[in-house]
This record gives sequence, structure tokens and C-alpha cells, in this order.
Amino acid sequence: MADKSQVCSVWVGSETGILKGVSLSKKQAFNFCEMSCLSRDQEVCVLGWGDEHETEVLVGSVNGTVKTFSTEKGIFTETRQCGESTQGRFTGIAVTDSALITCVETGLLRVWKEGSTDTVEINAGTNVCRMRQNPSQRNQVATGGKENGLKVWDLERPETPIFTSKNVRNDWLDLRVPEWVRDMSFIPDSDKIVTCTGHHQVRVYDPASPQRRPVLEAHFGEYPLTALSLPANQDSVVVGNTHGELAILDLRKGLVRGCLKGLAGGVRGLQCHPSLPLVATCGLDRFLRVHSLEDRSLQHKVYLKSRLNCVLLSSKDLELSSSAVTGDVEEVKEEGGEVDEVWDTMEMINDQAKKRATDEEEAVVTGVEKTTKKRKVVK
Amino acid sequence: MDVVEEHDIQDKPTKKKTKKPKKQPKPPHENGNDSMIEKTEPEHVDAPAEFSFPPTFSVSEIKNKQRRHLMFMKLKQEKRKKKKKERDALGDKAPPKEVPKTIENQRVYDETTVNPEDEEVAFDEGTDEFSAYFNRLTNPKVLITTSDRPRGRTVRFCNQLATVIPDAHVYYRRGLALKKVIPQCIARGFTYLMVINEDRKVPNGMVLCHLPDGPTAHFKVSSVRLRKEMKRRGKDPTEHSPEVILNNFTTRLGHSMGRLFAALFPHDPQFVGRQVATFHNQRDFIFFRFHRYIFKNEQRVGIQELGPRFTLKLRSLQKGTFDSKFGEYEWVLKVIIYYQIHVKCCTSKRYAISP
Repeated sequence: MADKSQVCSVWVGSETGILKGVSLSKKQAFNFCEMSCLSRDQEVCVLGWGDEHETEVLVGSVNGTVKTFSTEKGIFTETRQCGESTQGRFTGIAVTDSALITCVETGLLRVWKEGSTDTVEINAGTNVCRMRQNPSQRNQVATGGKENGLKVWDLERPETPIFTSKNVRNDWLDLRVPEWVRDMSFIPDSDKIVTCTGHHQVRVYDPASPQRRPVLEAHFGEYPLTALSLPANQDSVVVGNTHGELAILDLRKGLVRGCLKGLAGGVRGLQCHPSLPLVATCGLDRFLRVHSLEDRSLQHKVYLKSRLNCVLLSSKDLELSSSAVTGDVEEVKEEGGEVDEVWDTMEMINDQAKKRATDEEEAVVTGVEKTTKKRKVVK
Repeated sequence: MDVVEEHDIQDKPTKKKTKKPKKQPKPPHENGNDSMIEKTEPEHVDAPAEFSFPPTFSVSEIKNKQRRHLMFMKLKQEKRKKKKKERDALGDKAPPKEVPKTIENQRVYDETTVNPEDEEVAFDEGTDEFSAYFNRLTNPKVLITTSDRPRGRTVRFCNQLATVIPDAHVYYRRGLALKKVIPQCIARGFTYLMVINEDRKVPNGMVLCHLPDGPTAHFKVSSVRLRKEMKRRGKDPTEHSPEVILNNFTTRLGHSMGRLFAALFPHDPQFVGRQVATFHNQRDFIFFRFHRYIFKNEQRVGIQELGPRFTLKLRSLQKGTFDSKFGEYEWVLKVIIYYQIHVKCCTSKRYAISP
């Protein structure tokens, strides 16, 4: 189990409650679930990294439990009860120095400190759709939802938000424009926040400027945008909607740069790789797809039998697995017989793991990989 | 075979193209300038192995299409005979017969095909929106309606559908919004809402919504044949619950669709009624037929087609009840159009329901 989870570079949460780890270099997907008792109330709502070194995955479920999964050990190490299912689904999960931040649909944002049972609570309004943490300033979080505009909270001052957005002006018929913030993201190296709405708008807010209205507004498609992510290079954003249309929008002018093709179902989870020009998407069509942002081609497509809710990419290089890295090092010192021993032991563990067929299943990955040899030489 | 067909077509008096009825058996009554070909034809019939044509002559050089076709047919027959002789001569050592390539053979294997022993898929299906029906907690009750102001054909189609599906009720639409109809249906215990859309006096679409919170499927309906138009049909269907046959719903999407159709009908078919409803999926088209069968003896069955027939093609499957604007789609048919320089051709990408 442990070596399987160490190899996985993409983590996906499904509606059946199974945490799936996918290794794109080995083209395999693994299910990590406790025993064979699955139930719909363990449906994974949110996934997040438990720490900065990305060794722990936090899994938030519908019944209010947050499980910690260790990628090194390959098992669920901890379970915490953070609210009940009556309070709504988790819409966001984040970690700051030893505190866990959770937000549910009814707007209750809680900070759970380690050791103590009391929590700092913030009421973020009703119908919250998403909560995200600022990666550079870890005590700032943003929330937004249906008829609930974007609010940025500082956890040290939980009474009032440090930034509340204002709705845009009435439209040409003098009617109030409805608001529905579905997802947001903090733009690095600046104060700005970009949001995508259920009314197919992408908006950029700047708390540093005196205006509380969006600084930039762009439109894409006719269907609600459900997920958003910022790629490694600045000035663009990738959005997905309920019809499975993915687009890269340019944030300087608000124009569509291009569309990513292939998805057949609504996009539920979308994440760009922190350094490589890759984007991973998962959705209701039960596939995990990895596209390249440069030429907008499909790099990998994995069939994972349940509807997928959220995706989490690790920062490590997706093409190279850890074994390949050690392989390079060992090729240099080929004199020693350690190479064979290491490879043999690795194979043996895999065979034993296959015999334990009850817990895990392996799915075959269909991949369209380009020039992997070249990349290995470069690295 | 083609030669025979051609003669048949030529014999029919309605065909305007016929010039000379029978060419091959009788020598053609033609003008003098066709004398060369006249000679060659009987020669060809008498001595197939001897060619008196110049060696570079090929069948494609004959300008007359009918004659060229006949010559080509003869050439093909000879080739086949020769090949058969060679094959027989080899006997056991003959290479195995090649399987002809068909579209079904050349399909790429669909990775979403469901493995029957798959636990995860079994769990997924066991707890999805149809589990209430499959666990026998609810009985199906269908509401059939149309788009606003339906014309006669659609109304008759709805009425015939209501006879085919037990416990189905037809209601006039009267311009009501579906989103308002759905809560009322749920309150009255309906499990399905079926809306037949009409365009230019002909039904062309169907929205099938599973009611408590279930998926909504939007289909394109084509080739609707009402009872009057069916040939050799039997009497009207009775009130007995039919058996349901679902063919070729093998992929994960196919499974969802199969369950959608199966949940329209009551759990226990009444075999006394000897009626069967078939949903046959082939190349993403679902063919619906309704038959009555009778076993003549152990091996032979006679069937009579009753009831309407139509074909469906899935356009989208949406999670949740009908909400085309804000709903989340589980599967959407995406038509990819390839543009060539002067020719525009449209091919649909195969997100196949069946392998």
C-alpha cells in the first residue's frame, strides 16, 4: 500500500467515498478505502493537502468527518468529526500552522485548533459554494456562494471580513444582476482574487483598489462555470462548466485563449500543476483527464469507475515517478549489485500486494504520452 | 445477385430507364456499329478462357455502363470460381477464411465497459437514484405529456405509449413550465416524467426524467411508426405488464440508460400477457419495439409486432431533475465537425454506449 501511495501524483475523491490515487508515469490508478464498507454518506466533498510537504491528504466527507491520509504510509491515519451532515456539505478545507479550517454550505466557517476543542467560528452568510485559502498569506480565506458575494476573511479578526465585494451595476434593463460565486482563487504575487460564477462570468476583484466592484469581467459559454484554476504562468485562468467545456481565459483582456476538448460531463474538479503547464480535470463522466496547456492536447485519460468530485495534484513532476529518479542515480553506480536487489524487492512487494485483492483494485490507464524519453534525458 | 436484381428492375414497367428488357439471353437487337461488341459477347459466353481482346483491354474501358457492369460481374464470378478451386485443391492446408471487416469489428474497445464482477460499479449502482426501484420500494408511475399545443400525430403517439407502459397517464401540457410540474408530480407519487417534444407536427424529442431526484435524459426521437402504419400487426396490447429486453447496454453509460428504461416498467412481468418490450442498442441508437410472442413448440416462436416503434438517440444525461440551464450534465453528445477545403462533413465522436 505504501509504495502505491508514494507513487501517486494525482489524488481524486469520488462520490462513492473512495479516495483514488493515480500514478500517471506508471499509468495505474489505485483505490484507497477503508475495508469494503462503503456508503454514500462518505462521499468525498473536498480534498486538501495536510501539510506543506504534501505528505498528508485531508479528505472531507458528507457526514462531516475529515480523514487524514498519509501518502507515505498509505493508510488513513486520523479521523476527525468536524460538524454533522445536517450542517451541509464541506465546501472548503485548509490548514494553517496546526489548525484546520473547514467551511460548510450553511456558511459556518470553523477553525479547529489542535489539542483544544473550542473553535473560532465565522458566519460567512448562507449558501456558501466555496472557501479557498490564500497560499501566500495563510490566515486569509475567501468565501462565496449563491447570492453571497465574495468575502475575504482574516482569521485573526473573525468578526468582519477584510474585503466584501459589491455586485455589479444593474444591467441595461435596470434589473439587479444575480450573483452566484462558484469558485475562486487568489492570484499569487498580488492581492487580487479571480472568481467564476454560475452565470458564466469570470470576475477579478482587487482589494487594494478603492472599488469593491470587479475590476475585470469576462464571459464564457452559456452554462454555469463550476471550477477554476490558475496555471503556473500569470495572466490566464482555466475554467470548466457543467457541460464539460474547459477554456483558458486571458486575464489581461478577458478573452478566451482556447478550449480544451474531451470532457463529456460536467467539470467538478480542476487543478493546474504548480510548475508544469498541465491541468487535471475530473468530473461526472468518471474520467480523470490531464491536458497540456501549451498545445491544449490531452496527455492522459484515466477511467475511474465512480463520479469524481475533487482532484488534488502534487507538485512533484508527474511524468517521472520516484522509482525513475532513483533509477537514474543507480545507473551511475552500476558497479554495485544493489540495483538488481532494489528492483527485485520492488517487484516482490507489488506481487504480494496484488494477491491482497480485496481492498485494492487496479485500473489500467490509457495514456497519450509525448516524448517521455526526452524528458528523462533532460531531467 | 446484382445481375438478377438489375434484370428485375429492368422488367418492371414503372422504371423509366429500361431500354432493352433482356440483354444476356437474347442477342441484342442493335445497330450495326455495335457489331464488334456483339461478336465479343457471344464469344465471351462460349469460351471464357480465350480472350480475343487485345491484352491491354480491361473491363473499365467499355463505355456502356450496362455492358461494362455485366463484363465485370462475369470477371468476378470467374475469379471466385478460380479461388474456390484453388482452395478445394489445397484441402486442409488452405489458409483459414478471412473474417470480413465490419464497423462492429473495427471498433476500439471501450474502457468503460462494465465488468460484471466489479465491486465498485456494483456499489455505485446499488446506491444510485434507481436503487429505490430495484430494491422494490417503489412502483413505477409515469406521466406522459408533450410540448405545448401538440398535433394529432404526437397525441396519438402519446396515447399509444400509454397503452404500452403500464400505469402511464397522459396529460395535456397547456403551456406549463416543467420545473413547476415536477414538484407536483413528486407530490402525487409519480416516478417518471416523459415529455415528447414535437416539431412540425412530428414527435422528434423526448425528455425522460426520473422523479424524486433522478437523472434526466434527453433523447432525439426518430422513425416513429404508429399502430396504423405497422404491417402485419396484431391486436391492441392488453393491460398485462410486458417483459423488458435490454440489448447491448454494456458500458457504464449504457448501464445507466438500461436502468432508466427498466425502471419504467413494473417489476414482475405478467407472462400470461405474452408481451415484450425491447430496447435494442446498436451504435448508440436505441430501437424500441413492442411484440406479442407465442411459442409454437419448444424451438419455434412466432412474434407479432404491436404498438408503436421508434428510435432514440441520447443527447444528454443530466444529473438531477430537469434543469437545462443550471443542471450538471453527466454526459453530453458532442458533435465534432471537420472542415475540409470545400467540403463540409459532419461526424459524431463515438462516446459509445455499446462496444
